[in-house]
Amino acid sequence: MNEKPEKLIDKKGLRLDGRKADELRPIKIEVGVLSNADGSAYIEQGKNKILAAVYGPREMHPKHLSLPDRMVLRCRYHMAPFSVQERKSPAPSRREVELSKVIRESLEPSVFLEYYPRTGIDVFVEVLQADGGTRCASITAASLAIADAGIPMRDLVVACAAGKVDDTVVLDLMDTEDKVGVADVPVAYMPNLNAVTLLQMDGILTPDEFENAVNLAMEGCKKIYALQKEALKTKYMNVKEEVEE
Amino acid sequence: MSSLVTRVRQKQIGQLIDTGKRLDGRGLYDYREIKLEQGLIEKAEGSARVLLGKTEVLVGTKVETGQPFPDTPNEGVQTVNAELVPLASPTFEPGPPDENSIELARIVDRGIRESKAIDVEKLCIEPGKNVFVVFVDVWVLNHDGNLIDASALAAVAALLNTKMPNYEIKDGEVKIKQGYIPLPLKSRPITVTLGKINDKLIVDPWLEEEQIMDARISLAINDEGNICAMQKGGAGYFTPQQIVEATKIAQEKAAEIRKKLDW
Repeated sequence: MNEKPEKLIDKKGLRLDGRKADELRPIKIEVGVLSNADGSAYIEQGKNKILAAVYGPREMHPKHLSLPDRMVLRCRYHMAPFSVQERKSPAPSRREVELSKVIRESLEPSVFLEYYPRTGIDVFVEVLQADGGTRCASITAASLAIADAGIPMRDLVVACAAGKVDDTVVLDLMDTEDKVGVADVPVAYMPNLNAVTLLQMDGILTPDEFENAVNLAMEGCKKIYALQKEALKTKYMNVKEEVEE
Repeated sequence: MSSLVTRVRQKQIGQLIDTGKRLDGRGLYDYREIKLEQGLIEKAEGSARVLLGKTEVLVGTKVETGQPFPDTPNEGVQTVNAELVPLASPTFEPGPPDENSIELARIVDRGIRESKAIDVEKLCIEPGKNVFVVFVDVWVLNHDGNLIDASALAAVAALLNTKMPNYEIKDGEVKIKQGYIPLPLKSRPITVTLGKINDKLIVDPWLEEEQIMDARISLAINDEGNICAMQKGGAGYFTPQQIVEATKIAQEKAAEIRKKLDW
């Protein structure tokens, strides 16, 4: 086990990994990475490495779960046993069940579910390496995978956390900051609709600090949103080149 | 849980909320009547029953000794479990906990844990070896909406009511002495849930409102009025302005409800 650092922010105002308070970790996004899935995306955010895949719309299985007026969106968030310091049992934990639910609920408002009645769509998220903020990176990737599957959407959902470490409100917490820090506020957001679709918090914040954290997280979301769109475009530019050859 | 509310009823609830009223006569930010009873299960170390309108939740606590987690050798262990008992609603089924009961348990757990309600350092008997484990079991007995607030309130009330064994350490061995001491507590978090219907916020949604609302947001507020846990739920969204509004309403409501708890 790593020793807990005493200070998470040094005298120059820099964090453990050298970032400023309002700085994101380096992010790499790729769309259309899996050939079997109808849509897929891969994200690296700091040391997080996460794959998301979408299957559907397809017939619901079991059938009785289908709904007459809309598509059913299901989501499975899962961590690989080797994704964390100490091996995680591959069986779904209570945390993973809860995260699957909140990720699903963060994506549902973005999809025109009523366009595909009696069908189902499965969103699978596999965390290959975790370093704090996996639920946010998962949402960012999962939303891209849905877009990649060609499903009509109101907007892309993008997520980012803010929180408080030492006395400072900071953006995009990494693992140590999440564990040792004062508070963590993950936010998912649809920038075009100004709609917050996921909001959780743990730790103690005053109402003012909380408002600052949410605003900072939304600023972070907007930056990642640009990367998301860029990744989608890159995929289709590649397709275009292939077709033209 | 699928919607069992007819369209005409949905419209009625929505139209009333637009005019600032609710079907059961409450204002938008009113709670239903809250009844609180403590210590009704003698075999449990602590217990409390909360009636929130017709919603009924019983919480029992047990305190036992066990091993601490390796990363917190000096701290006792808190564990929260929630059971949506099949007798409480036609939509609850027997079987392993589903995502709704897991989410409920984790929201209640987070409110207690993040507010540091239980003074876990005082629950350490021998560092790394032996600590007290506090089991909080949330038993939902009747579901008429807003299980989160009822469960969180009942859990804190049960903790306030909890006695733990009196012990001493003699020659490196733990001796349980006669009598009991109260569970060491530091805070009384109150969880307030708001629903969104027709783009308006309502406090304490009951069953029919819960089934038609777009989304909900639950906030745990500690004694100082700060926010210590939060969870958005449901397939809808909130605007940033609504979230700020919700935090203000939750603070007021939490202070009101906290008066019902004896400290």
